[in-house]
Amino acid sequence: MFSGLKDKVGEVLLPGDEFSLETEDTISLTERVKPEKVVCGPGLRRSGDRLLVCKSGVLRHKQPNMFWMDSQQRRYVPAKGETVIGIVTVKSGDVFKVDFGGSEQASLSYLAFEGATKRNRPNVQVGDLVFSQFVVANRDMEPELVCVDSSGRANGMGVFGAGGLLFTVSLGLARRLLSPHSEVLSDLQTLFPCELVVGMNGRLWVRSSSVQQTLVITNLLQSCDTMTAPQRQELFRRAAQGAL
Amino acid sequence: MMEVCGSSNVTLREFGSEQSLLSRPDGSASFIQGNTSVLAAAYGPAEVKVSKEIYDRATLEVLIQPKVGLPGVRERAQEQCVRETCEASLLLSLHPRSSLTLILQLIHDDGSLLSCFLNAACVALMDAGLPMSRLFCGVTCAIDADGQIITDPTAAQEKESRALMTFAIDATERRVMMSSTRGSFSVHELQQCIAVSQKASEKIFQFYRDSVRRRYSKTL
Repeated sequence: MFSGLKDKVGEVLLPGDEFSLETEDTISLTERVKPEKVVCGPGLRRSGDRLLVCKSGVLRHKQPNMFWMDSQQRRYVPAKGETVIGIVTVKSGDVFKVDFGGSEQASLSYLAFEGATKRNRPNVQVGDLVFSQFVVANRDMEPELVCVDSSGRANGMGVFGAGGLLFTVSLGLARRLLSPHSEVLSDLQTLFPCELVVGMNGRLWVRSSSVQQTLVITNLLQSCDTMTAPQRQELFRRAAQGAL
Repeated sequence: MMEVCGSSNVTLREFGSEQSLLSRPDGSASFIQGNTSVLAAAYGPAEVKVSKEIYDRATLEVLIQPKVGLPGVRERAQEQCVRETCEASLLLSLHPRSSLTLILQLIHDDGSLLSCFLNAACVALMDAGLPMSRLFCGVTCAIDADGQIITDPTAAQEKESRALMTFAIDATERRVMMSSTRGSFSVHELQQCIAVSQKASEKIFQFYRDSVRRRYSKTL
């Protein structure tokens, strides 16, 4: 059924491109027939018996039947379960408002921190950075963030950000940095040891041994977007020789 | 019934585009057709003013900035044409209660301006990664005193023409999404112009595909 879709994996598609999802006409009577399912990620939409591409980008595939469009964007649209770097903008009663770069601000309950109780409030000030996860993110409701995982542990989330630098990159680069065995990250780590926080919303936070080195890393990461792998390695090597 | 125009190859002026050239907007593009040049910037989905909020879809705002001075009636009319075309192709219901803003800055006008606005708008929206159900392009046709159809006319050709038509064509079925006409023409001439525009649109859609492919060539 989705052989047409599989042929196009790795190709650049445009909005309006369609795939037919019609089932085959002949059905085997002897074998058990399992209905085939396709899981569509961002950029793909079902309309009737067709699959419609609604974002330009590269079609990606994950075994056995996941498909999505990998596109370069700057504006973040929240999705449930994604981790982002937010900035606390308002402290009002029992919720904080957090700016994460989307279309509206997310709410973050003061109880959604590790070890927080009604008596023991977390120490969060306006302007603090929080690394947090979406528990509610859909188009009809206000997005909601938490800084604990399902077992109540912080698991790396919470307030952070002393002595580092926050900057933004494209969402595509943030995803590339977060992917397992990321080439960009391994190239960077061998030359510049640093502490790096990557949010899915394209915000990056870096801290390293000196301010100078932090700025070098910032500039390198921001320029990564428009470079091929050999160009990037060459640039990193030159920066490592010149700056240190 | 559409008729195919007598001249088989439709001529457009040289056209080109650059994407993501501005750092602040979420998506940006410049589109150049001959000497006509337009810069487009798309923002969104972003926060919306309460007065403009629509509860089940995004609010699309199109602003056209002339080269000098403030936008007038002419720009407002063009804004409406572009906005209605964009609204038809964007999937606005996916981002309710948010705003999409498209700013089109005129850089130089040498004829076929509305079609250049449409093309720049489409490339900028695509660059911003907004969900679209189809792509579109704009084609301008002029009918001169002898009844000859000129596609993508210059300002001088527009001035001498008897009738001027701009069509927005959609990419999947090559249908007319929007038309804006001026002057007098017969039904037959209108149909001929639509057929010519549909043929010309194929070149522009092929160009869209090539330019997006080039943009993603580094991440393939």
